[in-house]
Amino acid sequence: MAPGEVLGIVGHNGSGKSTLLRIAATAVRPTRGGGNVFGADLIQSAHEVRSMVALLSTESGVYGDLTALENLRFAARMLGTPATADALQESLERVGLGQEGGTLARTMSSGMQRRLSIARMLLRRARLLLLDEPFNSLDKNGAGLVNQLMRDTCERGGSVVLVAHDLARAEQQPNRTVEMRDGLLNGPGIDAVTAS
Amino acid sequence: MLSLQAEWGRVRAVAWKDLVAERRTKSNFNAVVAMAALMLLFFGFALGPDAEALRNAAAGVLWLTIFFSGVLAFNRSYQLELEAGALEQLLLYPGERWAIYLGKLLANLAFVFLMELITLPLTGILYHVAFPARWFAVLSVLVLGTIGFVSLGTLYAAMASRSRSREVLLPLLLFPMMVPVLIAASGATAALLVNDVMGDSGAWIRLLAAFDVIFLIAATWAFQFVIDG
Repeated sequence: MAPGEVLGIVGHNGSGKSTLLRIAATAVRPTRGGGNVFGADLIQSAHEVRSMVALLSTESGVYGDLTALENLRFAARMLGTPATADALQESLERVGLGQEGGTLARTMSSGMQRRLSIARMLLRRARLLLLDEPFNSLDKNGAGLVNQLMRDTCERGGSVVLVAHDLARAEQQPNRTVEMRDGLLNGPGIDAVTAS
Repeated sequence: MLSLQAEWGRVRAVAWKDLVAERRTKSNFNAVVAMAALMLLFFGFALGPDAEALRNAAAGVLWLTIFFSGVLAFNRSYQLELEAGALEQLLLYPGERWAIYLGKLLANLAFVFLMELITLPLTGILYHVAFPARWFAVLSVLVLGTIGFVSLGTLYAAMASRSRSREVLLPLLLFPMMVPVLIAASGATAALLVNDVMGDSGAWIRLLAAFDVIFLIAATWAFQFVIDG
């Protein structure tokens, strides 16, 4: 993928789209074959890949027994990013959760939890965004946040892989759209990539 | 050096997160302490009213209670990660896997030590055990035995966490491995409760320390293979 490129992936349920994203994020080891992200091997240099990639998966990945602010504080500490309480509060405000810093994630709606996982992504400043059905559970404002995140990443020279049933909700339309069928990608610029 | 500092930061972050979540709900701690108290009572009923018999069994009963109750804590520590797909995000942070293991180990150690703070005096009261003259040595055995138990428990709970029947699987995997620790910890505690008249507590304590070193190193190294699935 070129810097600033948005790649859209479409395909039926179970075709392997999410698996492909999870492999690219190093959440799953490929059973065969391999790949690289910006030159870093997915298996040999998984640490390096993790520092460049952010995955927004279908599950929020937030801790229900922690507040919104505590969830972000934990993420910042795991990323090794020095983040003050003000900086974390600002991240929450960017996703429209400014008043919810002390709210337990468990008591939030799925849309609010989704926003919280976007706030967590903002801490990463990743070069490659992997978005798995990012518009799920989000209202119009929430979808705007995802679009803003994509725009910011591309402007910084990063790339975005977008898996969505409804690509029309993405303001920044993909430069290329490929289809995944039975673990096989087909489309422009694809030779033979499988998600097995 | 910088990298080690960063990893230590992650260790503390994982421990902090687990302890904050536990402090907030307290559901697991209350259940574990209630289970421990019930076990001590039931063993006491089974052994009968003879004070001498109770005193002789106290060390073994204490360690069995710690093991059977503590195992409930390990499952909870990974259940947190399984809710809402948090484990996947946890594994996507940069850094070494052993940092996650050590963070969970610290949180579990704090949890089990806290549980022991309650079970220890309760054992003394229910089993007619006088305050030992060598109380510092008894505490050392408690710390060493707990480290051995928790280091393996934290690893095996990670292994069982991906299984649907994890509550059953964890004790089945863990307890056979705990036999050496149980024997050494019970032996040392029993000797020290009678003021170590035969002088054999030293050998048990050295054995416990050796188990701890082996278990800690092996579990820290093996965690990466277990958690990546």
